[in-house]
Parts: sequence; structure tokens; C-alpha cells
Amino acid sequence: MRSRHPAFSRLAETLGLALVMGLAAFVVFGPLANLAIWAFAEQWFYPNQWPTRWGFEFWARVFRPRAGAWESLWNSVSIAIATVGLSMVLSIPAGYALARLTLPARSLIMLVFLLPQAFPSLPIFVNIAAIFYGLGLNGSLFGVVLVHSLPGLVYAVWIATASFAAVDRSMEEAARNLGAGPLRTFRDITLPQAFPGLMAASIFVFLDSIDEFTGTYFVGAPDITTLPILMFNASMGGNYQIASITALILLIPSVGFMLVIERFLKADVLSRIGR
Amino acid sequence: MGTEALSLEEVSIRLGQSLILDGISLQVPAGSFTCLLGPSGCGKTTLLRAIAGFAPLSAGDITVGGRSISNLAPEARQTAMVFQSYALWPHMTVAGNLTYPLKLRGLSKVERDRRAEAILSLLGLEGYGPRAVISLSGGQRQRVALGRALIIDPPLLLLDEPLSNLDASIRRSLRGELRRLQQKVGITTIMVTHDQDEALAMADRIVLMRQGRIVQVASPEALYSAPADLEVAHFLGVDNVVDLRPGDPVAAGGALAGFRTADARVFTGEAPAGLDAVLVRAGTVTACAYAGGSYHVSIDLSDQAGNESLSGASGAALSALSSVPVAPGTRARLSVPAPMLMSFGADSRLLQGIRQ
Repeated sequence: MRSRHPAFSRLAETLGLALVMGLAAFVVFGPLANLAIWAFAEQWFYPNQWPTRWGFEFWARVFRPRAGAWESLWNSVSIAIATVGLSMVLSIPAGYALARLTLPARSLIMLVFLLPQAFPSLPIFVNIAAIFYGLGLNGSLFGVVLVHSLPGLVYAVWIATASFAAVDRSMEEAARNLGAGPLRTFRDITLPQAFPGLMAASIFVFLDSIDEFTGTYFVGAPDITTLPILMFNASMGGNYQIASITALILLIPSVGFMLVIERFLKADVLSRIGR
Repeated sequence: MGTEALSLEEVSIRLGQSLILDGISLQVPAGSFTCLLGPSGCGKTTLLRAIAGFAPLSAGDITVGGRSISNLAPEARQTAMVFQSYALWPHMTVAGNLTYPLKLRGLSKVERDRRAEAILSLLGLEGYGPRAVISLSGGQRQRVALGRALIIDPPLLLLDEPLSNLDASIRRSLRGELRRLQQKVGITTIMVTHDQDEALAMADRIVLMRQGRIVQVASPEALYSAPADLEVAHFLGVDNVVDLRPGDPVAAGGALAGFRTADARVFTGEAPAGLDAVLVRAGTVTACAYAGGSYHVSIDLSDQAGNESLSGASGAALSALSSVPVAPGTRARLSVPAPMLMSFGADSRLLQGIRQ
């Protein structure tokens, strides 16, 4: 049969397209799918293509009290919240001051602020760990919070500066003119205007802290175990189930972030960072 | 609180090397409407901001009702300012914007709501209280900004180009509305504008500023008919300047004469009667455009050999109105009645204004 039938070539086209899209999807979602499979595989040995036994046994094991998952989840979340608190307490005044500077000075300071991010993080954390040893901060929650605030502050100051710069100066002047003092003006006018941006900054800092591994490893381990540390230990021990389940738990704040960012972060706030 | 007089004494503001305001002295009577008029960069907005407390003085003193306010913070001055951008707070409703100054003054919720209702009806915005600021039109925002300033019953109202962000038609109607409102409330008002029509239509008194100094303080009528010098005259629509010749019907000693296009006529035929009471110049028509009701004719005098002093500064091109169209290239004469002429000395200062 000479296949010049139009329906046939259309079918071939559709199949080809499906194949390409399937490949692309595999490249993107393949590792994620593998992770999802591992999370529910109770038995999966080499020659088998699929796990030989499925179930929630490892979930139960992860959340067993002495397995440490609850403790590291608690550590991760409380460290992240404390990091957000510290970063925002520092970046709100810093961002406001920077936003009111004239442009060349502001750009320079913002650039200098990015420098720690330009260095490889490993030597920085090794040095911080050495300094913290001297101060007795190693292995303490506070030390880990400090280490997490280092990258957190960069996000926070940048975004806070942009949000404050986006507040129209004459709105503050109108409040002053009508009888509000500087602090009252900041609380009633400036802060509510900058709130969406500050919210976005907090979310960035929170996610960065939840995910942070290197700094926690050098400063916190072995006394402080966070979820990424737990995941690392499980992977190194060849326990892919535990590692995968931890990874899925870590996915929760990320998805939450994407939902919140859609509500709070407006493009016009981000667009003012360079102004 | 009631309205108060404002007094500025030798107010100067220096920013680095440049003198933004240079020894401004001005008395503003209680209840009057004063316009600060001038080209951009003349210091009029800085002067307004200095009164509100946003531009620190380098020298001089500002008093309201006899009390010095120069060293007070903006929030302690009780001057109510309407900003060019209106500066309404978008995270509050219309009522929220209006009552915020009252909240700062510790008024009860009931009293705040009552005052907001009163001010909304004064502005013709009944029922707009719960609306979001963003949902308002430009004219409505302008009125809310005005209401927010008036609600504290201030001794002084400061308006920074309040109408410049509006469409031309709304601007004209709001001009009258703002003036009526000011007279009804009887509040001492200072308005900054670069629009001479706005200043002439609204003010009791116009303060003309240039390069950080006051050039002239006069009523609209006086400023219009007797501007202090040629530059002020030009700013007030005196768009024609000619070198004077012997025999022109103006006071002796003048070097230049100025007049408005609307006061000059063009004719091509015989000279009309009573020619001795007019200034006449002949030239070639270069352009003729319909201007609604009459024709706007441009005349070039420069080809008149020997008759013009070729100093270059003035007198080369003039414009006048004509009731009939005149073809470009036609030889024509332009006439201005003697009372409509202003004469200026060689130093460009006014010698004789319009006589009406």
C-alpha cells in the first residue's frame, strides 16, 4: 500500500509531535517523577524497572518521633521565620534610607551589597564557621539564623528599596502637611504602600532559608538538623525513600510561595529596583 | 481656627552654589487669593514648599497671623497644601483620605464622619465616601484633594498647580469653581501656576516671579495693562514689539512699544480716518491663518530699507488681526490704537501702560 493517504500523514505528524512533546516533558519532569516514585516505593532493587512494592511505610518511618523529621521540620521553619524577622528588621530602615538617596549613590551601595553573592559561597561559609567557633555560635540556632540572613538580607534590602522607592514622595508630604509626624507618616502612609514588596521580600528570604544547605552544614551540623541536612544525610546513606519524602515536604513552601507571589508581587514594584 | 494673613520677610533659599529664592518679601492679606506666576524654574514652587515647610530657609522669616513658622516642622504649621499630583492615598477610600487629618487631631468617629459628609456636599461629591480613590476621575480627585486640605479648617491654603493635570475644558470650569469655593470659605489662598490665563481669572493679586525674585506684585488688571518690563509683558501675551520712531503716538523718551495681536488691525487699502492716534507700520504679509472670527496675519517689516533700525532684537515680524483674508506677499499696513500701546525705555522697563 502506497501510503499517500492524507489521514495517514496527518496521523504521523500528530505522533511525531506527541513524541517531541513527550521527550521534552520527560527531560523537565523526569527527575521529579523519579522522586515521586521513590517516595512511595517500599522495595525497588536493580534489575526491576518499577518498584516491586508500593506503600507509605517510609512515610511512617520519616514521621516516627525518633527519626528526627519532625525536629528538623520544626528547626527549618523556626530558623526560616527568625531569618525573615531579622532580615526585615534590618532591611526596612536600610531600604527606606537607600530609596531616599539620589541615584548614583544608591546604585553603588546596592552593587556593593551584591558582592558577597558574587564570591563562591563555600569559602565564605568556611570562614564564618571559623569565626563562629571563636564566638561559640557554632551548633546554635542563632548562628544558623545569622548565616541564613547573609543571603536573605541581599534579597530583602534590594526588594525593600524598590518598594520604598515606588512610594510617591508627595503622598508622604501630604501626610506631614496635614499633621502627621515622620513616624506616623511612615506607619500610616509609607509602610502600607510598600507592603506588597516587603511581603515578597519576606517570601524570598523564607524560601532561601528553608532551602539553605551549605551554611547550615558548616555552622549548624551536627547539632542542628534542618530538612536539607536530613535529606543530604539520607541520600548519602543510600536511603532514597527518606530523601525523596523530605524533598516532597520541602516542595510545600515553594508551591505556597508561587501562589502568594502571584497575589502580592506586582511587576511595577520589581521594575523600580534600578530607579 | 479662622483665616490668617501671611508675611514673608527677606526669604532666601540657597542650594549649593545657586540661589533658588533671593530675598523674597511679600505681605498676603487674610482672605485673599494670591497667585505666584512665572516661567518654570523661577522659584514659585520652591516658595510654596518653603511656606509649607518642605524647603528649609537659608535666611529670612515666614509668619502666619504674626507668629513665626520658619522653625516649625511641616506637621506643626497647619498650612494645608494641595499637591500637583493630588497625592491622595490609594490604600484609603475617599472618606478615609478626608478624615485622616481629623483622626490625627483625635476627633471622634461620629464627628469625623459628620465633617466628611459636610465637605463632600460642599464639593458636590455626595455619596462618594466609600469609593476607592483609584476609581475617581481627575477632576474628582482634584476636589477630594482640596477637601482633604480644607477639612482641617486651615489658616492658609496652598495650591501647587492644582489644575495643570486636567483637560482644558474641566480646567476652565474648575477655575471658577475653585474661586467661588475660596470666596465662600474665605480662606487665605496662595496658588502656584505658570498659566497666565488661570492667574488672571482667579487671583485677587498676582506675584510675578523670575529667577528667584519677585518682579511685580499687582492686581490682574494692573498686571495686564502695565507689566513691569518687556519680559513680563511678553509672558502676559504682549507678542509684538517695535522700535519707536519720531511721530509715533507714545510718550517721549520711549525706545520700544509693545502691543497684543488682538489689539492690532491690518489694512491694505487707504488709511482709515483718525490716523494720527495710531501707530502704523508697513510690510509684507508672510502668513495668514483663520483664527475663528478673524484672520491672524503675520507681517514682515525687515525689507523696509532704511526705515527699521536693524538692531535685530525687535520689530522684524509683527502679527495682527484682519476681518478678511490677506494673501501672503501682499504689501499691507498694520495699525494699533494709541491707548493699546505700551512703551518701554531702552532698559526695557515700562514707561507707559495701556490706557483704558
